[in-house]
Amino acid sequence: METNFSTTANITGERIKQYLREGKRFDGRDLDEFRELSIKTDVSKNAEGSASVKLGQTEVMVGVKLDVSAPYPDSLDQGNLMVTAELLPLSSPRFESGPPKFEAIELGRVLDRVVRESKFIDLKKLCIKEGEKVWTVFIDIYSINDDGNLLDAAGIGIIAALKTARIPKYDEAKEKVLFGELTDQKIPLSKNIPISITVHKIGDNLIVDPTKEEEDVSDTRITVGSADGIISSMQKGNSIALDVKDLYEALDLIESSYKTLLPKIEKFLK
Amino acid sequence: MTFKRKDGRKADEMRPISAKVGVVPNADGSAMYTSGKTIAIAAVYGPKKMHPQHLQNPEKGTLRCNYSMLSFSVSERIRPGPNRRSTEISKITEWALEPVLMINQFPNMVIDVHINIIQADAGTRCAGINAAAMALAHAGIPMRNMISSISAGKLDKTIVLDLDKHEDSEFNEGEGSTDIPMTFTNDGKLTHIQVDGHITKEQLKEAISLAREASKKVYAVQKKALKEVGEQQ
Repeated sequence: METNFSTTANITGERIKQYLREGKRFDGRDLDEFRELSIKTDVSKNAEGSASVKLGQTEVMVGVKLDVSAPYPDSLDQGNLMVTAELLPLSSPRFESGPPKFEAIELGRVLDRVVRESKFIDLKKLCIKEGEKVWTVFIDIYSINDDGNLLDAAGIGIIAALKTARIPKYDEAKEKVLFGELTDQKIPLSKNIPISITVHKIGDNLIVDPTKEEEDVSDTRITVGSADGIISSMQKGNSIALDVKDLYEALDLIESSYKTLLPKIEKFLK
Repeated sequence: MTFKRKDGRKADEMRPISAKVGVVPNADGSAMYTSGKTIAIAAVYGPKKMHPQHLQNPEKGTLRCNYSMLSFSVSERIRPGPNRRSTEISKITEWALEPVLMINQFPNMVIDVHINIIQADAGTRCAGINAAAMALAHAGIPMRNMISSISAGKLDKTIVLDLDKHEDSEFNEGEGSTDIPMTFTNDGKLTHIQVDGHITKEQLKEAISLAREASKKVYAVQKKALKEVGEQQ
């Protein structure tokens, strides 16, 4: 009954590394292969848009809510964007209740940049009255089951939730959002879809879409938000140095992963 | 009774319900319970050693429930994280479950039950309690009995079953709306009851017996879902 859930045993880690050296993984995948992806949209009907994404055993839920508020002083003619993530204690024995810890904050912030820097949402079109009233897009991410790579799963969830979201009616006179009364209007999005892809370095090998065990033994990771070859955000995680050569290799891996992942995502959004 | 409800239900008709066990692979036990548009999921972790040590109870184990609504589960976004309402419902859920849980078998241990509301259309505490009870059974925690939760209520002068969001918060004809969430053991004892509104003793009795009958239907759905997962394993 007493199992230590907080980490993967060293002996397992050694075996993972040995496998990778031979080009193999525990679940039989290639090093550059994602787990099976499935996307369900409209999973929470009070949200303006929502999606649940599964990558293997990993599951996340993403919801989009809209509200009208004042713009930020430095962007008076633009809508606001807020991305937050909560690692639900329901989703893993490792997560505890309480104020968000670093992992959750980083998850929200990295994905905020993937959306923001790629200009996926045309925030200018979400301005109602310059300097006074704009739409705020809240994107909230929840983990449902953590078996590694919540980051990329949540990134896909954001795309699906934004793509399917509809703007609610707004009563100008009463200055009130009529929640539940959705218009046909969608959130203005760019054609190019920014996907977050994370590459992990374990020993001398680079892999994508790690399981929890693989994530535990990862030396360092690099997350890139890119759309059609244009990189708009990047984050290196963990304190082990990365050769520039490895970074370039990771970028190639991300480029090819984007090409295989994009049609898979689009298939679910048709 | 000729009372008309907005969604076309009869006064003593509950919303369609469904249940599924094993929705969170990481957990020791988990379940989803759906009532109309309300969806709750629950996951159990434990029994495990209670930390910090000074919270350990050498006499019996501790049940710790944590009820929370996803920010987008309601029409106007709620800030993520705990609030006064969720804190109270978490405790109510513990009280509803504890009478049937053989928690004295787990001294110094804690059983964590996490309940998240995915989509809310009133009756979320009942849905959460139903999901939690199933998740505990799925985790193999010994229980004397199953518990099943349902709300009855009163709209103007009519006793009704299972208020939805519109009835709970927008109905204001005549005497208005009264909501009475209740939880029964399957031999008919109450482990939880709350009243919000105004109602006479006689009407309350009527509401309780209506809910008691409905709780048997909830129990049947819970039992079926648990049986299905038992057969798969």
